[in-house]
Amino acid sequence: MANKLIVAPAPHVQTSQSTAHIMRDVVIALLPALVVSTIVFGVDVLRVTAISVAACVVFEFLIQKYVVRGPLTISNWSAVVTGVLLAFNLPASIPWWIVLIGAFVAIAIAKMTFGGLGKNPFNPALVGRVFLLVAYPVQMTTWPMPVSGGAFDALSGATPLAAVKHGAVGPDVLGVQDLLLGNMPGSLGEVAALALLVGFVYLLWRRVITWHIPVTILVTMALFAFFVALGKGGMQTPALLWQLPLFHVLAGGAILGSVFMATDYSTSPMTVRGGVIFGIGIGVITMLIRLWGAYPEGMSFAILLMNACVPLINKYVKPKRFGVK
Amino acid sequence: MEVLLYTILTLCVLGVLAAVILYFVAQKFRVEEDPRIDEVEKMLPGANCGGCGFAGCRGMADALVKRDDISELFCPVGGSDCMKAVAAYLGKAAAEKQPEVATVRCGGTCEKRPRTNEFNGAKSCAVAASLYVGETGCAFGCLGFGDCVAACAFDAIHMNPQTGLPEVDPDKCTACGACVKACPKMVIELRKKWPKNRAVYVSCVSKDKGAVVMKACKAGCIGCGKCEKVCAFGAITIANNLAYIDPQKCKLCRKCVNECPTGAIKLVGMDPLPKEPKAPAAPKAAPAEKAAPAAKETPKATQAAAPVEKAAAAPAPKAAPAAKEPNHES
Amino acid sequence: MKTFPMGGVHPSENKLSSARAIEVLPLPEVVNIPLAQHIGAPAVAKVAKGDKVLTGQLIAEAGSFMSANIHSPISGTVTAVDLVPNGQGLRQMMITIKREGDDWAEGIDRSATLVKECNLSAQEIIARIKAAGIVGMGGATFPTHVKLSIPAGKKAECVIINGVECEPYLTSDHRTMLEHGEELVVGVTILMKAVGGEKAYIGIENNKPDAIAHLSKIVAAYKGIEVVPLKVRYPQGGEKQLIAAVTGRQVPPPPALPIDVGAVVCNASTTFAVYQAVQKGMPLIQRVVTITGKSLKEPKNLLTRMGTPVSTLIAAAGGLPENTGKVINGGPMMGRAMVNLDSPVTKGCSGITVMSEHDARRHEASQCIKCAKCVAACPMGLEPYYLSKMTQKKNWDEVEARMITSCIECGCCQSTCPAYLPLLDWIRLGKQTTMGRIRARAAAAAPRK
Repeated sequence: MANKLIVAPAPHVQTSQSTAHIMRDVVIALLPALVVSTIVFGVDVLRVTAISVAACVVFEFLIQKYVVRGPLTISNWSAVVTGVLLAFNLPASIPWWIVLIGAFVAIAIAKMTFGGLGKNPFNPALVGRVFLLVAYPVQMTTWPMPVSGGAFDALSGATPLAAVKHGAVGPDVLGVQDLLLGNMPGSLGEVAALALLVGFVYLLWRRVITWHIPVTILVTMALFAFFVALGKGGMQTPALLWQLPLFHVLAGGAILGSVFMATDYSTSPMTVRGGVIFGIGIGVITMLIRLWGAYPEGMSFAILLMNACVPLINKYVKPKRFGVK
Repeated sequence: MEVLLYTILTLCVLGVLAAVILYFVAQKFRVEEDPRIDEVEKMLPGANCGGCGFAGCRGMADALVKRDDISELFCPVGGSDCMKAVAAYLGKAAAEKQPEVATVRCGGTCEKRPRTNEFNGAKSCAVAASLYVGETGCAFGCLGFGDCVAACAFDAIHMNPQTGLPEVDPDKCTACGACVKACPKMVIELRKKWPKNRAVYVSCVSKDKGAVVMKACKAGCIGCGKCEKVCAFGAITIANNLAYIDPQKCKLCRKCVNECPTGAIKLVGMDPLPKEPKAPAAPKAAPAEKAAPAAKETPKATQAAAPVEKAAAAPAPKAAPAAKEPNHES
Repeated sequence: MKTFPMGGVHPSENKLSSARAIEVLPLPEVVNIPLAQHIGAPAVAKVAKGDKVLTGQLIAEAGSFMSANIHSPISGTVTAVDLVPNGQGLRQMMITIKREGDDWAEGIDRSATLVKECNLSAQEIIARIKAAGIVGMGGATFPTHVKLSIPAGKKAECVIINGVECEPYLTSDHRTMLEHGEELVVGVTILMKAVGGEKAYIGIENNKPDAIAHLSKIVAAYKGIEVVPLKVRYPQGGEKQLIAAVTGRQVPPPPALPIDVGAVVCNASTTFAVYQAVQKGMPLIQRVVTITGKSLKEPKNLLTRMGTPVSTLIAAAGGLPENTGKVINGGPMMGRAMVNLDSPVTKGCSGITVMSEHDARRHEASQCIKCAKCVAACPMGLEPYYLSKMTQKKNWDEVEARMITSCIECGCCQSTCPAYLPLLDWIRLGKQTTMGRIRARAAAAAPRK
C-alpha cells in the first residue's frame, strides 16, 4: 500500500449534499420564476438580476479578501442566492445604482458584519430590500406594467395589494389565473405564484427545505383572511370567504417570502416545532400590516421581525426527545 | 409650541419616575461587600486564567479576603511577590512557592518519530486521544494538535511546525497549569524554573519497553538506567521503563545528559559537559541527520545524531529493534 | 411498514457480499486473544506462557459479573501473555497462541444436526451462555448473560431479535439468518425461556426479502415468534430504535434500560451463538465476519476464528488494494478506523470495510449554516449542532441539560452535515466528559449518605 492509512472517528461516510449544492439548488428553484418574470416584464428583469447577483458576489469577495481576511467562501453560492432574492424583491424599472446600494447593504451590513453565512440573524436580501424601501420609497414603489398588455387599468400602476388596500378595487380584481401566472404589476419575484410553487416542489424533492415553515405561513394567512372576510359581512357575500384568503396567499410576496425567504437556514428556527411558531408569527404579522399597517405589503417586515425572535425560539423550543413524554 | 411643551413635560415626568424607582430598587437589592475584595482584586494580575482554581481573579480575591488561612491559595501568575503583597495588605500569612514553568516532555519530532498514519478527524488532541494511539507508533507522546496552545491565555505556548511539537516561551509562561490540564497525554509538567531558564529534564513520558520505544521514536527514553547510575544526587529514578529527574534534587550537573543513549534528556540554556576524549568523532553537534528509511539496520548510528556522542557505548540492554513483526506500513 | 419514530438517514446500502455464502477461513497459524473483548471488566487469564491449549478450552475467566469468559479458538501453545497493539494501536493485554493441529476440547458437538429440544431451566440456560462467553455480536459486546438476567421487579414481555443490520456494507447477520435460520429460531425459543417472555419478534429490514421469507416460513411452526419487516432506515439496529420500531415503546433516557419497557434485544448472530452454546456446548470461538469494500477484489463472508489477524481476512478477499485509504473494523457508520491491520478479529467484529483513499478522506469542513439537518436526522431528538458547539466551549452544564448522554453515537448528524463539520467527534468527547462528571458527582454524594 502506497499511502499511510487514514484514521478518523466514525462515521466514515458524508453526504454528497454540500452547502454549495444546497445553495445551487435554491438558485435552480428560483429559475422558473425568473423566466416567468422576464416574460411578464421584459429584459429589464435580467438586467436587475444580473446586477444584483454580480454586486453581491463581488462585495462578498472584496470583504472577505480585504476586510475580514478569512477564507474565501464565494464558491458556496450563498451570495448568488442573496443576489437573486434581492433582485426578486425589486421592481424591474429600478435604476442600477439603487440595486448596487441594496446589494451592499445586504452583503456588507446584513451578512458579513455578523460573520458571514450561517451567522447572520436577519435575512440579508430582506434587509437590503427594506433599506431601499425606506431610503428610496418612490423608486421602490413605482411598478412597471406587464409588457403583455393593459388588462390592468383598474390597478393603474399599483400592485394588487395596494389597490385593494386603498379600496380602489375588491379582492376579486384579478382572476385566479392571473394571480397564478403573474399578470399584474409587482416586484420581479412576487408575480409568478405558480412558478414559485414549482420551485417549492423542487426544493422539497431535493430535501433542501421541509414543508413546515411555508405551509404554516400560508395557512395562517389564509385563515386570518378568512376570519376577516367573515367579520366584513362574509355571511352576506359568500364569495368573499374564499376570494380574500386566496387573494392574500397568491398576491404580493407571500409565496416568495414563505418559500424562499422565511426558510433561509440561518434565520429560521432549528426545530420543526420552532418552525411552526415562526411561521404562525410571520403569517399573523404579515396580515396585520397588510390590513391595518401603513404598507400594502408586510411580508418582509414580518419575516425580519420573526428573524429577531429566532434565537429565543431556539433557546426555548427543543426538539421532541426520544423516550421523553 | 404646545406639542413641544407636552413632550418635554412627559419626558421629565418619566425621568423622575424612573429615578425614584431605581433608587428604591437599588436600596432594596443592595449587596453588602467587603471593600477589601476590590482592592485585592486590583492587586492580582487580572488574567482570569483559572490557574488558582477559581473561575477568575474576583473569586480568588473573595477567597483571600474571607478565609482566615490563605496558605493553600496561590496565584501562579503573580507568583510569590503578588501573594506577599496581598498577604501584607490583609495581614495574613501567604503561601510561598518557587517559580515554575510548563515543560513539554516529548522529543518526538517529525524526524525522530515518523508518522505511521494520518488523523482526519476534528483537529483536537482530546478527540484523537479518545479514539486511538495517535499519528505515530508511540502511545504516550505528544499528539501535536495543539490543545495546549488553545488553552494558553498568555500566548506562551506555540506549535513548532518543523518539529510538530509545542514549545513554551518561558518568559511568557506563568505556570497557570492550563496546558497541563488540556493535554490528554499528560506530556506537560510544571517544573522548577531555574535562573536564565536553564533546565535538565527527561523529554519523554513513554512507559513502553525499550524495544517498543525504539521502534516508534528515536528520541524516547528506553529506561536503560544509565542516567540513574551516573547521577550523584539521587535525583533520577526509573519507574515503568521511564527515567524521571526530580527538579528539587537536580543540581544541573549535566552528567546524565551525556550518558543518555537516545538523547532523551534535554538540556536547556547551558552547554553540555565536554565530551570524554574516548570517541574520536566530530566535536560539534552534527546537524540533525535526515531520517533515512534505512534507519532500522543501524540503530546505534542514528542515535548518534543526537548531540551526545555514544560511539563507544555498549548496546542498550533492551534494544531489539527487529524482534517484533514489522509495521504493516513499511 | 414499521420504523422508529424520529430522525435517521438512509446511506447507500452497498451490501456487496449479501449473495456470497459463508466461507470457512483456513485456521490461522497464530492468534492474539485480547482479554477485554467486551464491555465490563477484562477477563482474567487462566493460562501462562508455554501452556498447551485445546480448541474451545477456557483460557480466560470472567473478571466479574459484568465480564465474559474467553476460550481458545485453536489448539496449540501459549507463546505470550503480554501487551500487544490493538486495531487502534493501543497496547492491550492479549494471549498469543501458536497453532498446532486442531484438537478440540471435550463436550463440544461440532455436527450440523439440529437439536430442537431444550429441557433446561432458565438459570441453567443463562449459566451455559455465561460459560460459553457470549457477548452481543452486533458490535456493542455487552455480555449476554447479564442482559438475560432480569433484575428483580422487572418483567421481560418480549424478546426482540435484531436482524436489521442497518450498517451499510455488512452482511454477516444476513447470511447467518439465511444459512442458519433453523438454529437461529431454536435460539429464539431458548432466549424466550431464559427471560420468561411470551413473545418474540425478529426485526429485519426489507432490503433482505430473502431472509424475511426464509425466517417467516420457519417461525410458522413455532408459537409466539413473529418476523417483523422494517423500513430501511439507519440506525434501526440501535437497540432503542429497534424496540420503538417493533413495539412502539420508547426507552426513557439513561439510566433507563430496554428492560424498563419490557424488552430484551439480542442480535441475530448472537442468537445463533446462544443456540450453539446451549444445545451444542460450543463456546464463542468463531464468528461470521464480512470482509467488504468497493475496491476489494472479492467481498465475502468468512467464518473466522477469534484472534485471526485482520490482514489474513483481507488477503482472503484478494489483498489490500493499492488505493486503500482506510480500513474500518465494523461498518462505515459506527466502525472504528484501524491503524494496525495485524490486530485480531474479536467477538464484536461483524465486518471489515476497506475504503479507497478518495472515499475515506473527509471533505473540508466549512462553517455551520444552521440548516438543522442534524437536528432532523438525530434519532434521539437531540440538537447535535448545539451539543458540538457547547462541547468545544467546554460548557458542560449546558450539554448535560441538553441530554448529551442520550446520544447513541450513530453518526447520522455528522454524515448528513452539508458543511462537513465533525459534529460527532466533539459530541462523543462531550458525552464522555459528561458521563465522567456524573460519575464523579455520584461518587462525591455516596459517602455522605
